[in-house]
Amino acid sequence: MKTRILIALLGIGWLAPGAMALEVGDKMPALGGLLPGASIPGTSGKVVLVDFWASWCGPCKQSFPALNRLHDKYAAKGLVIIGIGVDDKAEDYKKFAGKMGAKFPLIHDAAHKAADKFAPPSMPTSYLIDRKGGIRHIHVGFKGAKTEAEYVAKIEALL
Amino acid sequence: MRNPIRILGGILILGAVSCSPHLVRVKPYERGNLAREVMSAELDQLQKAMTEHAYFSREASSGGGGVGGGGCGCN
Repeated sequence: MKTRILIALLGIGWLAPGAMALEVGDKMPALGGLLPGASIPGTSGKVVLVDFWASWCGPCKQSFPALNRLHDKYAAKGLVIIGIGVDDKAEDYKKFAGKMGAKFPLIHDAAHKAADKFAPPSMPTSYLIDRKGGIRHIHVGFKGAKTEAEYVAKIEALL
Repeated sequence: MRNPIRILGGILILGAVSCSPHLVRVKPYERGNLAREVMSAELDQLQKAMTEHAYFSREASSGGGGVGGGGCGCN
């Protein structure tokens, strides 16, 4: 009997999913709790694009000019872009952030608390959140103008 | 003497559990070290080009010798 219970428990453990990744339709978690000490812009009633990036990720580097253009175009209409860097080393994060010249706020998720919560499937991954705080789109990777056009269409639909 | 079927069953269970997704530790946002240049399969690009040239000259084939991208798993 004990053996059967043990087998059942191990089976449940094997089947149970790991960290639950955020999906479309989920509520955006409060960033304040995940990124203690960071100055997070106000997101209440705004369309928010949370972008996870890393200094060692080539497509992330390519995405910054596009994100800057989105910021220029839509910030006044209610878009807030938040770039969350997941580098292990603060110096790598700072060096890369300095080079990119982002016009939107960047936050270092040194402890990976936010990354663990969102569980992005690849780098970069961005989450587009509507004015009510619900995740409406998850975008994985960055493929130049094609991705930028997708962002524009989705952001315009939400603004 | 324990039942050998039970022992075998235990080994099989342990094997199955070790396939669990929980044991995949490196998350997409933890691949900084894997993305470093030193982690690439071919560090010397000239040596790689020469080896490939010798290979396709000898075998009358080219391509299919590698995969795109580095270790960061981006895109």
